[in-house]
Amino acid sequence: MQRYSGFGLVKHALSHHEHWQKVWRSPEPKKEYDVIIVGGGGHGLATAYYLAKEHGITNIAVIEKGWLGGGNTARNTTIVRSNYLWDESAALYEHSMKLWEGLSQDLNYNVMFSQRGVLNLGHTLQDMRDIQRRVNANRLQGIDGEVLDTQQVQDLVPAMDCSASTRYPVLGASWQPRGGVARHDAVAWGFARGADSLGVDLIQQTEVTGFRKQDGAIVGVETSRGFIGAKRVGVVTAGNSGVMAEKAGFRLPLESHPLQALVSEPLKPILDTVVMSNHVHGYVSQSDKGDLVIGAGIDGYVGYGQRGSYPTIEHTVQAIIELFPIFSRVRMNRQWGGIVDTCPDACPIISKTPVKGLFFNCGWGTGGFKATPGSGNIFAWTLAKGRAHPLAEPFAYDRFNSGKLIDEHGAAGVAH
Amino acid sequence: MTETRTPSRRTSSGGRINRETSLNFTFNGKRYQGLAGDTLASALMANGVDVLNASFKYARPRGLVAAGAEEPNAILQLGSTESGQVPNVRATQQALYDGLEAHAVSGWVKSQKDLMSRFLPQVGKLGGKFMPPGFYYKTFMAPASLWMTYEKYIRKAAGLGRSPLENDPDIYDHLHQHTDVLVIGSGPAGLLAALVAARSGARVILCDEQEELGGSLLSMSGDCLDQTLDGQPASEWRDAVLAELAACDDVLLLPRTTANGYHDHNFVTLHERRTEHQADIAPVNSRGARQARSRLHRVRAHRVIMATGAHERPLVYSHNDVPGNMIAGAVTTYLTRFGVAAGDKLVLSVNNDHAYRAALAWKAAGRDVVAIADARSAPSGALVEAARAAGIRIITGAAVIEARGDRRVTGARVAAIDIDGFKVTGEVEELVCDTIASSGGYSPVVHLAAHTGARPVWSDEVHGFLPALGAPMLKGFDACGAANGSFSLEDVLVAAYASGVAAVEACEYPVADTIVPAVSALVEAPMLPLYQVPHDKPTARAPKQFVDLQNDVTAAGIELATREGFESIEHVKRYTAMGFGTDQGKLGNVNGMAVAARCLGQTIPDTGTTVFRPNYTPVTFGAIVGRHCGALFDPMRYTAMQEWHVAQGAKFEDVGQWKRPWYYPQGSEDMHAAVERECLAVREKVGVLDASTLGKIDITGRDAREFLNRIYTNAWAKLAVGKARYGLMCHDDGMVMDDGVTTCLAEDHFLMTTTTGGAAAILEWMELWHQTEWPELDVQMTSVTDHWATLTVTGPEARALVGELTDIDLDRDNFKFMEVREGMIADIPGRIFRISFTGELSYELNVPANYGQYVWETLFAKGEKYGLTPYGTETMHVLRAEKGFIIVGQDTDGSMTPEDLGMQWCVGYNKPYSWIGKRALTRPDTRRDDRKQMIGLIPRRKKAGDERIVLQEGAQIVFDPDHAIPMPMVGHVTSSYYSPTLGHGFALAVVKGGSARIGETVFLPQADGSTLEAEITAPVFYDKKGARQNV
Repeated sequence: MQRYSGFGLVKHALSHHEHWQKVWRSPEPKKEYDVIIVGGGGHGLATAYYLAKEHGITNIAVIEKGWLGGGNTARNTTIVRSNYLWDESAALYEHSMKLWEGLSQDLNYNVMFSQRGVLNLGHTLQDMRDIQRRVNANRLQGIDGEVLDTQQVQDLVPAMDCSASTRYPVLGASWQPRGGVARHDAVAWGFARGADSLGVDLIQQTEVTGFRKQDGAIVGVETSRGFIGAKRVGVVTAGNSGVMAEKAGFRLPLESHPLQALVSEPLKPILDTVVMSNHVHGYVSQSDKGDLVIGAGIDGYVGYGQRGSYPTIEHTVQAIIELFPIFSRVRMNRQWGGIVDTCPDACPIISKTPVKGLFFNCGWGTGGFKATPGSGNIFAWTLAKGRAHPLAEPFAYDRFNSGKLIDEHGAAGVAH
Repeated sequence: MTETRTPSRRTSSGGRINRETSLNFTFNGKRYQGLAGDTLASALMANGVDVLNASFKYARPRGLVAAGAEEPNAILQLGSTESGQVPNVRATQQALYDGLEAHAVSGWVKSQKDLMSRFLPQVGKLGGKFMPPGFYYKTFMAPASLWMTYEKYIRKAAGLGRSPLENDPDIYDHLHQHTDVLVIGSGPAGLLAALVAARSGARVILCDEQEELGGSLLSMSGDCLDQTLDGQPASEWRDAVLAELAACDDVLLLPRTTANGYHDHNFVTLHERRTEHQADIAPVNSRGARQARSRLHRVRAHRVIMATGAHERPLVYSHNDVPGNMIAGAVTTYLTRFGVAAGDKLVLSVNNDHAYRAALAWKAAGRDVVAIADARSAPSGALVEAARAAGIRIITGAAVIEARGDRRVTGARVAAIDIDGFKVTGEVEELVCDTIASSGGYSPVVHLAAHTGARPVWSDEVHGFLPALGAPMLKGFDACGAANGSFSLEDVLVAAYASGVAAVEACEYPVADTIVPAVSALVEAPMLPLYQVPHDKPTARAPKQFVDLQNDVTAAGIELATREGFESIEHVKRYTAMGFGTDQGKLGNVNGMAVAARCLGQTIPDTGTTVFRPNYTPVTFGAIVGRHCGALFDPMRYTAMQEWHVAQGAKFEDVGQWKRPWYYPQGSEDMHAAVERECLAVREKVGVLDASTLGKIDITGRDAREFLNRIYTNAWAKLAVGKARYGLMCHDDGMVMDDGVTTCLAEDHFLMTTTTGGAAAILEWMELWHQTEWPELDVQMTSVTDHWATLTVTGPEARALVGELTDIDLDRDNFKFMEVREGMIADIPGRIFRISFTGELSYELNVPANYGQYVWETLFAKGEKYGLTPYGTETMHVLRAEKGFIIVGQDTDGSMTPEDLGMQWCVGYNKPYSWIGKRALTRPDTRRDDRKQMIGLIPRRKKAGDERIVLQEGAQIVFDPDHAIPMPMVGHVTSSYYSPTLGHGFALAVVKGGSARIGETVFLPQADGSTLEAEITAPVFYDKKGARQNV
């Protein structure tokens, strides 16, 4: 793999950038792989990367029906944080956070992980109780965070209206300084480049149309380019996971909903942190390019069309203007939608399935981006060992039968 | 240093400007004059202002390229006051008004005299080399700790305009429109389609983004080369059609109105700019009211006709970004519509006939056309012949391969080219000029048609993408004219007529006679596809050939992206940022795809299609929000007694949408003092709470009782008329979601109460189950929350006090606990419920809301002698917690079962029909006995004063405070207060296996590093036997 550095950039500039290597190959699929990852988004690519890097399994294919990182990886609002309420989730996201913190160097690809801090605002007394509870839990979990009062929030975000005269005044916030944003496309590309350099075949424009089983065990996948054999298969297809499970012969408790986001036109720096509000129901950060990147909750209906309804956009913008009335004259440039796979308890499924050798990693709902490295890392472990990584154990899909849910709704009702 | 004054570029005659009315404006602090009818762009051009901005990435000087929505460079900051700032205004779409103040958005070109700007071209050229696409992914990685510093500077350099720092003084309106036919675009196609529909009696909305309706007809110069319609000059035909449309009752004409988003089911958002052509802040009308700055029309149309025209594509040649490089159509428009020539000496580089108009208009304005380079070997159409006849030099089989100049074009390098071989074949000729106009063909404006996911389809005939008409996502959607690939005026009108007729027929109106206007003939020869022009050096080494000007994306950059393996057009776009600007790639996307296709050795359609998303052009957040901001963001709900609470100085708490009295401080009392006083008043005498906000749902029907049986966890079969019962509701996962008291008013009539915040959601929840799962049940539900005012009178003196107001017999044996009575209350017919949330003798008085304040005041008139004290939600919380009564949402969080709350008594596992949550509650995990269970906590008191310890709500509970981090947590404090009745702090909490640990000690690690201790108790602290409410 060609190493990237500032020095290299200068060197290549002098030769008119004519000698940059391909970031990944476009190989023909082999007849059989040790592991096939279905889905070439961030999570799938990270899984392949860590499988190759940490478990020495390199005979791997990632099969993607479109282009790498073209699903929710390309459509999210790039927020990274780990201040979850429940131990199981907090451990999972904090595992991911630690990987984020060295990711650019590990991948030799700048994913522009910007630890500018995440604020979760409280607007009611109950919000503040919940914030106290979550920050107290985070402290004992070993995750950074503190509870800020209104003035401290105002100091961090001068552009926000923290006065008492708003409809739902800001009473305080939780603050995770290590949280932030990252460049979403770069995450997919960095993992793809890393995986490819370790020998992983990235096979784009190839759709998995079915799973071939023998004696209850997986033996490979049917694709739009024919059958490809595999000893183990990991499915990481986000909003399409329900469809894939059906092809594999079982059902998952997932609903696929549109989740929309929007950006403003680029502005000079005006907002230096990530601001999220459950109660007013919106979240916003400013990209390095200057766009305000804005999102809120899912559309209420289910569907696979990668677009949502306009009223959701209206509600989202109303929330942002409630928090930041000065943005009223700023203009919305573009909106888009992705399809998120939501579980009843707003937590993922990282699990073996009734089909031996077939594993699913799905149900990340609205919060999958921040988990990308952690999710890939523990799913790789799970695929390599054939059993759940300890951090993945609580996220087995049989929890919906046993009732052992990890209900994050209470703590993170808003999409993120 | 003195500035040499550029001579005015205004022509001596022509155009649609009013030469009598001059308007003053400033740009970068310098004063200029324009004319009424100018855009900011045409006025700047008329004043010879060439450099408007420095480019985003390479800081290269940039000027006007286009005349409309596709303009990538002329993005300016508008506004004469802080609150009136408007970032990122496209000068080509901003009408000039007197007093307009504009600034460049890139701070580096504050003034053309600025020293820095002299160096700009050099900075851009030098820096550009080290900033290929994706350069930031490849560097700034070491040392890792410095990234946040690098990022600070990257952020500073990025961004276009700036946000205002003061609140918006303007207001914005929303209108909801329903129409038969929505016609988007008012060029010849839109006008004729609208005319057919209007004459046939259809309701029509015709909108256009420009200041005037007429589209391309407005740029027709009216000279001999321009076509006539029915023998009339274009402008006269336009005027006649518009006059007829304006006279129709059912036609709404909306100039300055952009269709920004096309959504499912023919829902279209139109953004009508009402005042932006007058001032940066909307004017105040004669009645002193501020006008709405814009209107957002939310349109549902039976049929949508997209007649949005086409955008001309520039050719991609070296240094095509130097000010003075423009698209040919823009040169024509500035001349014919605004009477401004972009310069003096023009070189035109084209691949089609249509663009020859620029040279003809230029010549007609008395300017010098140096040459036309036509990529075709033997151009032959009528316009070509006209150019030849006018003595204009035409260099065939050639193109401009490079522009000369830094801050303004000084020349053009023209050479013969081989398109298929992608190379320069002949000698390069240097022409002296100050303007280069290019045309690479026309891209239909298909954006709206792509918003619902119908991907545009490439046409080899049109050499552009066409809307995917007929796709399922485009039901009821049609397109005509250039937007659908018809470019000759005759074809446009024929297609428009057909679209109009189809729309009328779809709306089931008889089609009225309309004749397609006869058009004077004008033969145009076919174009020759050309996108990127070859240079005498290979692309990677040639001077920069810009594809996306706003994002500084070059052909070499796209080539590099494909070289690095970014082969999908989506990857190319994301890697290079092509099309991600505020112009969304209107000029550049097709060219970029052509470059990618060339590099990959494939066709444009093989390379992919192009995706567009709302908005077509950016829309202010204010317009999207409309009036749903400030106080109307989420309208506040008040009870009938609000005035009284305010008069008493109550402090309020937001609960759901309601403002509820939180506590009533007297004198200098703080909350704690007020709450202690209120608590004691209730325990010792009598208090009253405004409980009107609790959700009230009136449930009727033959199966109402059965419905309750299925919705609630407990049994309702035997609740007699006149009796009330506490009920608990679970979600289908078995977790508690709401509670409240429901009363049987008649066999088929119940009144349910819910939590204040949960009311709407619970009604929706019940409707969901009724309508989707149990439609066979005869049950009707009505929200009556705000029909009734509810006064909770509670305390030992409650009976005596209420007795003074009502004729209802309050005798303890005749009106028992958990019963309801109807009667007169302060001479108002109402209901009294004998239920208690405080543990004291309580009566909840319900009267029609309009009498609420009257009854409340009457109660106080009678109450003085009993020591009646109003109390708020905080006191209510303390009193109920002393009794161990839960508040759903505070003591529960969506992970608590009824059993976790110690409310087994409220679960009817033996009910004959299953109920929501039952199955979930039988799962192994919900049956574990070490689940977190509701218990009481009393802080350990070690010294005097410790009785004042109040545990923090949300504090985490551990068994072993010495455990290393991560420390296992076993529960948390849900409610915690000081009890003046008990004389110490106490709390409700959940603890793992807590009900079996009564008497044990738990620990609460604090944020400051200290640890508090508390004893687990039963969760009832006061009057454990419930004697006080049964007196």
